[in-house]
This record gives sequence, C-alpha cells and structure tokens, in this order.
Amino acid sequence: MPIIEKDTTFWGYRRENGRVGVRNYVVILPLDDLSNAAAEAVAHNVKGAMAIPHPYGRLQFGADLDLHFATLIGAGCNPNVAAVVVIGIEDGWTQKVVDGIATTGKPVVGFGIEGHGDHETIMKASKAAREYVQHASEIQRVECPIADLWVSTKCGESDTTSGCGANPTVGDAFDKLHALGTTLVFGETSELTGGEQIVAARCANDRVRADFMKMFDRYQDMIQRNKTTDLSESQPTKGNIAGGLTTIEEKALGNIQKIGRKCTVDGVLDKAERPTHPGLWFMDSSSAAAEMVTLCAASGFVVHFFPTGQGNVIGNAIVPVIKICANPRTVRTMSEHVDVDCSGLLQRERTMDQTGDQLLEMMLRTVNGRFTAAEALGHREFVMTRLFESA
Amino acid sequence: MIHCVLHDPDDSVAVVVTEGVKAGETLTALILDEDRTIQIPCKSDIPLGHKVAMKDLAVGDTVIKYGTDIGKVIAAIKTGEHAHVQNIKTKRW
Repeated sequence: MPIIEKDTTFWGYRRENGRVGVRNYVVILPLDDLSNAAAEAVAHNVKGAMAIPHPYGRLQFGADLDLHFATLIGAGCNPNVAAVVVIGIEDGWTQKVVDGIATTGKPVVGFGIEGHGDHETIMKASKAAREYVQHASEIQRVECPIADLWVSTKCGESDTTSGCGANPTVGDAFDKLHALGTTLVFGETSELTGGEQIVAARCANDRVRADFMKMFDRYQDMIQRNKTTDLSESQPTKGNIAGGLTTIEEKALGNIQKIGRKCTVDGVLDKAERPTHPGLWFMDSSSAAAEMVTLCAASGFVVHFFPTGQGNVIGNAIVPVIKICANPRTVRTMSEHVDVDCSGLLQRERTMDQTGDQLLEMMLRTVNGRFTAAEALGHREFVMTRLFESA
Repeated sequence: MIHCVLHDPDDSVAVVVTEGVKAGETLTALILDEDRTIQIPCKSDIPLGHKVAMKDLAVGDTVIKYGTDIGKVIAAIKTGEHAHVQNIKTKRW
C-alpha cells in the first residue's frame, strides 16, 4: 500500500492567505546588519520569538537589492511564520518589508532605530513580539490535504553515495509527491553542468525548456566571467573530491537523481520567486547549501529534503531540513545529523521504492511536528544570496 | 556483500560502497539499473565512495557513468584500478 495517496492528510497551520505551514514561528526580522543586535535582544526578551540575524542590507542596489527584499519579504511571508516584527536602522526600507509581508494578511509591524536608539526600539518591539507570541500560541494545527504541501530539495557535502542512494531516494519521493498535486522545487544551477540536456529533456514543454536553458546559460556566463581557474577545487568541492566525486559532470548527474524518473519540470523560477501553480519547479540558485535552502524558504517552501554523503550539518531558520544519507560511514560517524538512513539501498537490502517511502514517512512525521535532527541541534542557517558588490 | 555499484552496464567506472577495499580482492559489483551483480578484480586500495575502473581506459577516452559522459581520461587506467582526479578531468570549464 502506498505511504501517501490523494486522500492523505497532514496537520498544518492554515494561514490568513490559505497557504499551509508546518511550523509556527514568530520571527524578529532585521532589515540590515545594524539591526541584528536589537532583533536578538527582542528574541531574548520574549520567549518563543526567534531572531534571524544576517550580515547584509546596506548600500545594496539594483537586482542585488531587489533580491535582498525578495528574500526578507519571502521569509516573512513563508507559512511556517505566524507573525513578524521587522527592525531596521531607518523607517523607509523597514516599512517596505512590512508592506510586503502584510500582503499575506498575517500580523506584521516594523520599527526604525534612528531617532529612538536601541533601548526604545527593543522595548516597543518586545511589546509587539509578546502579543504575537501569545497570538501564535493559540493557533491550532488543522487537517490539510497533501496537495497543500510545498517541498524543496537541495543536496550538500555530496559524494558518490549521494548519486547512487540518497538522491535517487529523494527522486522516488518526488515522483510520488508530484503525482499528488504538491508543489516541488529543485535548483543548484551550476550543479547541473554536464546534465543540463537531461533536465531540458524533462521539461513539460518548449516554453519551460527555453526558460530553463536561459537560466542555465546565464549562470554559466557568470562563472566564465568570474573564474580564475577551472573551478576544480570549488566545483566539485574539496569535500566532494574526498568523498570520491571527480568532475562537475559526475556531481551534476548525481544531483539530477533528485528529480526522479517520472516527474516533469513544470516551470522555472528566478531566485526567491514564488511558484504560481503546483508541479515541479526549477529555481535558478547557487549550489551553496545555506544560500539555496534560504531561497527555497523565501519562495514559500515549508519542508526541505537534504541528501548528504560526507555529512552536511545544515538546518534553516524557518524550514525543517530532513537529512537523508546512504553513506554507511557517515551514518555511523554523524548519526545525530541523519534523519533517514538509506544506506541499505547500496547493499541491496532495500529497494528505491522502500527508501522513497521511508523518506515520505519521515516527511509526514516532520510536517506533523516532529523535530528534524537539525532543529534538535539548533541549526538555524539563514544566508542571503548576493549578486554583486554594494555601492 | 556488495563492494561497488554502477548505474548502467556500460559504465566505465563503479562506486565502492564499503570500507576497506584492498588490491587483490575480487569485488562484487551491483548494476543498479538491472539489479544483477558481476565480479571484478581489484588492483588498488580504494576508499569508500571512490571509483574503480570497470574497463581499461586510455588517455583521451571519455569516462561513462550513469550511461553519460562525466569527463576525460588524463592518465591511463587499467581495469580494477582507482579512478579519480589523478586520472580523470572535467571537459567543462
């Protein structure tokens, strides 16, 4: 019997705009680097509030600034977030983030530090955060259809066992989820190098194919413009090479196993852009783990599948990250980081169908409230993608 | 015991999936796409996750894994030897 079917449900938080979250955070969101201290002070004052510090937000411009706002607003809009307090050094850009998040209908308020100082700002923001935490603590989980779930994937510290075991396990789960009308995303543009034609062939139609190739070529152009060597210590990484991966093509072909064998690529997103319909989306994105998972969170995805080989420890501030591993040594030496052990696949002890179901079973437990390993260990990575220098 | 796995029967390399593989052993290789095993003589000590050559490869040959081009041979590799960055390089970048 399949582990998930059309009538499978899970227990989530249905937000004001109809989207469903699987966590219920009250976020204290700094607009910029200067506001981290106040945001962290508020989170310290109010139990159940969480600050998401980050190092950027000053003198950015153009497309880089647009992405900064899209990432912050997207994170605030994510249905895993119940309410948001924004703190910025000044009022104008702070209000821009508040207005972006307010489109969801969720509680959000902003405070500018200039003219008030940290103390007064922290006091006002703490009062707002306290009200939001009490509001959030009364929101109940409700039964939701599986089609309301948005699932992202990205792998990290990959090795050759990723391509043989952990990534195909995600692929099997994605094939099963795709058939049920869920919304899915993959990305890591540079890590498709050598396998781009395989992804192109999986695109649902010529328009999606053309959009995908445009994004792929744009990223290749960026690498060609900026490279000083053949990237042989960056892609694959030193960790990948230690794990047995030799070339970017080999890494890419392993990476692509995550999109399964059946599901079509139904649309293409720019960084932090939101999907407009169910299906599997490709998002143009960095292959750096925390950057990519943060972009998925900003696009509205609520749970993440993260296959690893050598043992990446990543989590995310607002999205539970489920780790899947097929490397028997990593499963043994880093067991506290592994949610789904699929090493049996490589010893013929389990089938792909079984490990895919094992992941889906862990996904259902996770979206219903079970902490992932990364959550239990306090991993809250939130890393903004930068496109170029500040002005 | 499965010592190594390959995706496609025509792949020129297989991935070692156990620890402690030594030169001189006979390895059992699982072909994932066909769910059958074959035997291969091992000529190098090969760490978990690293690749063993399934055939003799000459400089300039294309290396096939997943049934697809993963790079070019830059130093000759014999069947059963360790295949990695010392003898294979990307064709990209």
